[in-house]
Amino acid sequence: MKLIIAIIKPFKLEEVREALTSVGVQGLTVSEVKGYGRQSGHTEIYRGAEYVVNFVPKIKLELAVADSDVATVVETLAATAKTGKIGDGKIFVLNVEQTLRIRTGETGEEAL
Amino acid sequence: MKTLSKIAGISAATALIASPAFAQAGVEAADHTAFILNSVLFLMGGFLVFWMAAGFTMLEAGLVRSKNVTMQLTKNIVLFALAAIAYYLIGYNVMYPLGNWSIGSDETGGYLGAFGVAILEAVGISAEGADDLGYASTGSDFFFQLMFCAATASIVSGALAERIKLWPFLIFTVILTGLIYPIQASWKWGGGFLDSQWGFLDFAGSTVVHSVGGWAALAGAIILGPRIGKYAKDGKVIPILGSNLPLATLGVFILWLGWFGFNGGSQLAMGTIGDVADVSRIFSNTNAAAAGGVIAALALTQLLYKKPDLTMILNGALAGLVAITAEPLTPTLGQATLIGAVGGAIVVFAVPMLDKLKIDDTVGAIPVHLLAGIWGTLAVLFTNSDATFMGQIVPIIIIGVFVFTVSYAVWTILKVTVGIRVSEENEIMGLDMSELGMEAYPEFARH
Repeated sequence: MKLIIAIIKPFKLEEVREALTSVGVQGLTVSEVKGYGRQSGHTEIYRGAEYVVNFVPKIKLELAVADSDVATVVETLAATAKTGKIGDGKIFVLNVEQTLRIRTGETGEEAL
Repeated sequence: MKTLSKIAGISAATALIASPAFAQAGVEAADHTAFILNSVLFLMGGFLVFWMAAGFTMLEAGLVRSKNVTMQLTKNIVLFALAAIAYYLIGYNVMYPLGNWSIGSDETGGYLGAFGVAILEAVGISAEGADDLGYASTGSDFFFQLMFCAATASIVSGALAERIKLWPFLIFTVILTGLIYPIQASWKWGGGFLDSQWGFLDFAGSTVVHSVGGWAALAGAIILGPRIGKYAKDGKVIPILGSNLPLATLGVFILWLGWFGFNGGSQLAMGTIGDVADVSRIFSNTNAAAAGGVIAALALTQLLYKKPDLTMILNGALAGLVAITAEPLTPTLGQATLIGAVGGAIVVFAVPMLDKLKIDDTVGAIPVHLLAGIWGTLAVLFTNSDATFMGQIVPIIIIGVFVFTVSYAVWTILKVTVGIRVSEENEIMGLDMSELGMEAYPEFARH
């Protein structure tokens, strides 16, 4: 089992969700986050004074998938979240030691 | 609130009565009609100016950070209530002594008005029972004038937002609305020395209301100091962004609406064709000046900063309104638009200038009310031939020195006795939780 964490542009969320559903992803956790990468923010002016927006709003997706699905899911995510412009985000894949469905007590890939 | 219009109104009514179209039986009716319509104008103007308190509140709630919104709302509703009580107990008769000056006289110049609570006419009076049949009911006059007094205090609350303690601010409000505002307002609108000796013209109060609020705010902002984090050690300005621009914009629209009552009501008469036409001119000119202020701020922020700045546009609308307030009657629509546009331009340049001086004015009250107020008072010279340069500039200076000095002293006394600023820790936590224990926007609702 792998945990996939993806940071994407907020307006891409709906498109990504649809694409993931179409390849069989059954669950997804989403949070509104802020951060920066190599782009490191941009400058704006408020009431005559310049300031740097260091943290750009992003969406963080978290989903656990079976090992056999990882390649498809990551590929789908990358393809739909991509605009080709700076700030498209990143995808991280982590090992998952255990999963437990609270309602039934199922564990492992059964619980995904 | 030009004192002269009261007399002009009476003579116009007399002229109307004298015309052959009015039979003898109509004489008294015409007289009463003027009294009734004048009172209606005051009541209508009064509730419009009352609504400006809501406008100031929303503007300030939108321009402070979300952690200080409840405090700003609390200050605004309580300051209004305190102003109502202080004006009733002291302010009204200090401002309108009707010749009973404590210092000075109508002839030699009045300096300090009468002391005593405001008293209304009895219930269900007849024409003979009216305090001033040629003018308006005392209740409508008190109601209208009170709203102006409260507006002055509202101006101060915005400039000092996000770091001042609640109670010292409220104490200052009582002194401002019970004494500082009424004393200087009596010099002009109560027939005091600025009116009788200097021929000062300030129709609805660019100076008497707006600059006064601005001076009191400036003294407070200097003594209080900037918000933590506003100015870096190297002098760089670090913007502190407002939390709710829809509320700030709603606030400005409410103020814009209220201003029709502020300026229109200050004609003080609606009983003749001339007065109604004048009130109509004033409404239109007031609107034109706000539009001018908006467009000037829009154009200048686009040119200077490459993007329009909504908060400056909002300030620009208000600066246009403040600028036209000293003379909303005599300008043409075009002149009113230009007078307002200069007000809007003043804001765009004055906001960064105050930041250079490290005077932290959270909502831009000082550029809008003080500086555009001074401009508006001088702009009377362009459209009203009764105005003289000395008659405008000297009262601006006298009122400025008086209000700034007294306010500076009061803020200093409050600072050394009870302290006016919350602790650093509480300021960083936000005044809503530290002073009130109540958030305006709870992040997690409890279901």
